Amino acid sequence: MNYVIVGNSVAAVGAIRAIRERDQQGNITVISREKHNVYGRPLISYLLGGLINEKRMAYLPDDFYAQNRINLLLASEVVGVDTKAKKVKLAGGDAIAYDKLLLATGGDPFIPPIEGMSGKDRIFTFTTWEDAAKLKGIAPDINRAVVIGGGLIGLKAAEGLNLLDKSVTVVELADRVLSSAFDRPAGKIVARKMKANGIDVITEDTVVRIEGDGAEISGVTLKSGDFIPCDTVVVAIGVRPAATFLKGSGIEVNRGIVVDATMQTSGKDIYAAGDVAEAADFFSGQKNPMPIWPDAYIQGDIAGAAMAGGTKEYAGGLAMNSIEFFKVSTISMGVTNPKDPAQYEIHTYQDIQNYQYRKVVLQDNLLVGAVLVGNVDRAGIFSGLIREKVDMTPFRESLLTPDFGFLQLSKEIRNRLFAPQGKVADNGRAARAAGH
Amino acid sequence: MKRIYTIEDACIGCHLCEVGCVTEHSLSKDPVKAFLHEPERPISRCTVEELHGGIISLSTTCRHCDEPDCLRACISGAIQKNAEGVVRIDTEQCVGCWSCVMACPYGAIQRNLKKKKANKCDLCPDRKSPACVDACPNRALVYREGSQK
Repeated sequence: MNYVIVGNSVAAVGAIRAIRERDQQGNITVISREKHNVYGRPLISYLLGGLINEKRMAYLPDDFYAQNRINLLLASEVVGVDTKAKKVKLAGGDAIAYDKLLLATGGDPFIPPIEGMSGKDRIFTFTTWEDAAKLKGIAPDINRAVVIGGGLIGLKAAEGLNLLDKSVTVVELADRVLSSAFDRPAGKIVARKMKANGIDVITEDTVVRIEGDGAEISGVTLKSGDFIPCDTVVVAIGVRPAATFLKGSGIEVNRGIVVDATMQTSGKDIYAAGDVAEAADFFSGQKNPMPIWPDAYIQGDIAGAAMAGGTKEYAGGLAMNSIEFFKVSTISMGVTNPKDPAQYEIHTYQDIQNYQYRKVVLQDNLLVGAVLVGNVDRAGIFSGLIREKVDMTPFRESLLTPDFGFLQLSKEIRNRLFAPQGKVADNGRAARAAGH
Repeated sequence: MKRIYTIEDACIGCHLCEVGCVTEHSLSKDPVKAFLHEPERPISRCTVEELHGGIISLSTTCRHCDEPDCLRACISGAIQKNAEGVVRIDTEQCVGCWSCVMACPYGAIQRNLKKKKANKCDLCPDRKSPACVDACPNRALVYREGSQK
């Protein structure tokens, strides 16, 4: 059996482990356009800010590929898939045959056309080790930077530059930072902390023109008419599934590569996992790309299992983020900011002065979301309760208490969770667990 | 594999499991030195919950899951599972992002805020039986074979 995996991040690791658990003999080829072994992609801001060195970027020991007998092709780009001949085509003209193919190419940064952008030297994105290395390389020459986008990537880029004592302004179109993952109070707390550390945060505005002569940047002009002088621009508006190489392959691509519950695409023997995939959402079942690290691992695991003949099903992606900004911990999960709050029961606790905030969101007596800022200890109990769909009716009053734990739940639930075979979150493996 | 199980009805909330854990993970492995004299006291990897003034109590710790959510969420690769099924965290590699805290449904990962490192139960690799189990005065904690690997 020839397994070919395109992409070399966490979804690939999940798949490799799942394949090797079931098939020790098959050939596994991993193709990556990057030149590094698998690394902790979210660590690039730590690298930029000097919080960790390059050695600690390694996600796994170097012998991982040898141990799992991987044929690793780095700095190789896949430009197409021939589903009839069962081959992937490489940029250099070579083709590699597969029996089972996993597409785990991740996301590409989205760069909207902005006036004055072309020909400028110092416009960067911030999603790869290479991006962080480039920014770090020119850091001594940066005086002022503007980060376009106040999402996770933009704020982490801003924090990294700030740690290098660079003056940074974040420009965000929405009315607050982190608008997709967090709610208003949490976004406010983070913005307040960033401002206290010297980062300017401008909301409800956007960059319409990058100014400067030739390759040099002198500043940016905002929609409001304001001008911000700067010499470097980081575009961090978001990522798009990296699926353009599938044009003409016949594989169904919507926003991402559409997959079923086993991560199989519309193409036979072709699977997709991670940021490039469009899989079912935990709550709605609707298919969406969900660019989240733990989810990429889980999807990779399910795809790998299926490729090697196993049977596992995806329980649906549950959005969750744990991000720390200037020592303020924030965790968000599930539905944090419902569009129609009347449909939900929402409880909050806040002490904004001390950067403490807690919110739980219930729907039909089930916990569907939580936001924790400051004290995030044992936050995973919430994600377990969401995944396990535990009826919260008797416990709803306790959810915000600082020492909320398993004793607030019923003994029956505890016995189930802590029994030898029990596990709150089994990511869709309930059938298997029940067999014990 | 062998795991730690809690018998809730036998737990008296004495916190000796926590004392045993802190002591075992200290430099001196002596409780008085660990708690009072060492410059950086380790944090306990088991958590005793109490309710109604301690009438109900429960000691919880890592379940060393077959498919650990903490490992899957870890962005640095600090959390790994060995061939025996023990899930351990390499604190040197940990960056303190708390993704494991977010993901663990048992709330079994602790934050060492001073060191900005996550800590978790390692089943005491230098001992035959985990320190918390040995410290429990009335066998509310049991170390035995469970299901799965």
